[in-house]
Amino acid sequence: MDRRELIPTFPAAAASLLRGLPPAVIEALLSRLVAVTTERHPRLFDRLGAHATSRYLIDPTDLPFVLILHPAAADGRLRVLPRGTAEPREARIGGPLAALLGLIHGRYDGDALFFSRDLVIEGDTEAVLALRNAIDDAEIDLSVEALHGLGPLRALAAPPLARILPLVERLTGVSLSRPTRESLEHGY
Amino acid sequence: MELTVGPLLFHWATDAWSDFYARLADEAPVDRVVIGESVCSKRLPLYADRITEAVERLERAGKTVVLTSLALVTLPRERRAAAGLFAQTGHEVEIDDLTLMRWAGKGDDAHCPGFSIGPLVNVYNESTLRFFAARGARSVCLPPELPFASVASLAAAAQPLGIGVEVFAFGRVPLALSARCYHARVHGRTKDSCQFVCDRDPDGMVVRTLDGQDFLAVNGVQTLSYNCCNLIDDVGTLRQAGVTALRLSPHSGDFVSVCRAFRSAIDGQGDDPAALLPGHIPAMPYSRGFMFGATGAE
Amino acid sequence: MATERLEIVCPAGTPAALRTAVDAGADSVYCGFNDETNARNFPGLNFSRAEMAVGIAYAAARGVKVLVAINTFPRAGSEALWHRAVDDALACGAHAVILADIGLLAYAAERHPDRRLHLSVQAAASNADAINFYAETFGIRRVVLPRVLTVEEIAAINREIDVETEVFIFGGLCVMAEGRCSLSSYATGRSPNMHGVCSPASHVAYAEEGEDLVARLGGFTIHRVPKAVAAPYPTLCKGCFQTGDYRGHIFEDPVSLDAATLMPQLARAGVRALKIEGRQRSRAYVEQVVRAFRRASEAEAAGQPIPKSELWRLTEGQQTTAGAYRKTWR
Repeated sequence: MDRRELIPTFPAAAASLLRGLPPAVIEALLSRLVAVTTERHPRLFDRLGAHATSRYLIDPTDLPFVLILHPAAADGRLRVLPRGTAEPREARIGGPLAALLGLIHGRYDGDALFFSRDLVIEGDTEAVLALRNAIDDAEIDLSVEALHGLGPLRALAAPPLARILPLVERLTGVSLSRPTRESLEHGY
Repeated sequence: MELTVGPLLFHWATDAWSDFYARLADEAPVDRVVIGESVCSKRLPLYADRITEAVERLERAGKTVVLTSLALVTLPRERRAAAGLFAQTGHEVEIDDLTLMRWAGKGDDAHCPGFSIGPLVNVYNESTLRFFAARGARSVCLPPELPFASVASLAAAAQPLGIGVEVFAFGRVPLALSARCYHARVHGRTKDSCQFVCDRDPDGMVVRTLDGQDFLAVNGVQTLSYNCCNLIDDVGTLRQAGVTALRLSPHSGDFVSVCRAFRSAIDGQGDDPAALLPGHIPAMPYSRGFMFGATGAE
Repeated sequence: MATERLEIVCPAGTPAALRTAVDAGADSVYCGFNDETNARNFPGLNFSRAEMAVGIAYAAARGVKVLVAINTFPRAGSEALWHRAVDDALACGAHAVILADIGLLAYAAERHPDRRLHLSVQAAASNADAINFYAETFGIRRVVLPRVLTVEEIAAINREIDVETEVFIFGGLCVMAEGRCSLSSYATGRSPNMHGVCSPASHVAYAEEGEDLVARLGGFTIHRVPKAVAAPYPTLCKGCFQTGDYRGHIFEDPVSLDAATLMPQLARAGVRALKIEGRQRSRAYVEQVVRAFRRASEAEAAGQPIPKSELWRLTEGQQTTAGAYRKTWR
């Protein structure tokens, strides 16, 4: 029996779609998301402490690009780079997109993903731990953060998003929002 | 400043055990000798009948003899043995497990032996030191992992309390204790049927990393450092800080020479007491990392 | 005699984890301040004074008790930091403080004689005489038993003592006598007793070397794990080493404790509370483990079989053991 819980891989077709998007567009969208998230969860920085100055290479291994997260940077807090770019960083966190998003949303346990080798850590382990703990306490829901990023358009986008999200989540297996208590109980 | 010889931590053949204490009695310039089994209660019956003779010989040579307790007391017979140490009044008892505090300092001197606190009891701060002083402990051998700053603070606090402060100054450093026997585990045996396989390693069984780096030494249920703590060049600093005694932990080879070298260092004789230290088999690199370095292994 | 349900004592490293534990059915939650006064002094973890007060209020409103662990050994010359932690925890409304150091117990017993003191596992009180010493001297009300005892030994201890016993039921497993281990400070200079960390992340380096994941601690190689094998923490006592011709996990395999199936025996042995390890773990872990053990505790009290769980997925090495509770472990 396979004792490992399978972490879904981001569908290859969708990944190649993303490849078609200019990195500048992805960077702008994700930067906005990070800006809204950190604004709405200021305690993230309390928990990060001195590690806010660390540069984290976030490597979603099933996507065509990597991210550099530098929480303390005034601008360029999040940058999108082609994989393989030589870029100074203190730590690397690598794994399928679903694992990384599931970690943010409290669906998966970071240590368990590490034990099962779904998550790979290199460099400053303490910095990675601080980021993991800060994010876990913040109870971030990226779908909610994204809605906040829309500003006045939020009211318009919320109802359709609420319908589409669960569908996309089931199709891709990637957790795009915080799981509800019920979904945890039933294991999906 | 006094010299204490700690309990022999390793499992030696009975004759080697007797010879060690006979030579210590006759030749080693030390003040106190802690004797008995602190690591594994299964070993004690193998040499129990030799202890009386060794104690008498040490005392005839003018040494103070202290009886050690077991360091991890769990079994009923171990608890009975611990209680037994406080049923005698002839010798001071060294407490290496707080179990013995149940009886220590409870009666008057005529009905209760004097006691001291060994290095495996956690004395990290002044309040703990005060507690043991108030209970009547004569001295405390501080935990080997304490940095010098803590040793200095505690030695300063000890002076007005009238309690001696000893530090672990020579030997492989005790790092951990377990209910499980690692000698038995490595040799594919259980603890109950170990056949005393730990007697193969008179200074502990060396543990190396997968990259071949020497790291630790296993002694049955106990784990020690691979490096040998050696504070012979720090005797002056320790004395100045108020440390009242140094502990030398027995190893195979010419241990009497180790005692003599430390005595020279304490007495300020000779230019380089460290040069008097004998070589060791197996080779054990010297270390003073716990007290003066960034890590214990340094 | 009606059997009281076994109390489930749950870990919380963050306020979010505390709320998660309370909502998932914890009877009590243990946590610590964000400094060296507690034995899980990890980056990004633990509670400020304000967070502690809010967390205790959240728990109290739902009938859940909070136990504050102040279970490192105060540094000589700096004991005030630990004294403040005891005073503040009790002022915040903590149900009890969990202590290990003799000096700190003496302080708490003198300053707060009417409050509950629990003896931490870090005190390694492993027999009835030691426990009775702490009970008689400091008035402790509960002891967390070291993970070196068999179920039979625990039953024998309970026959000889008057204080409650709490035992570990799930999570990381210390193979050495707790509170008496300097392996971590030997390799890294940072120890559980002094700094509240064991094999700290600051001294861990992972490297992918060929097909192997190599973990080093303070420069010492602790593991080389081939691809597709579960990865362990680089905790010293679960490292892979060599001695003579032997090559392997000399001290313990990278396994975790899961004694769920022993719950009926532990209850019969007189144990009052079951502790889940893992204040350094995530909300996801807390949620799943707490819910499973609350269910198991209810089943045990009702005399029903303990439900099977899938918790091994969350454990180190992804393998579990009943540890010292069975004598064969030794």
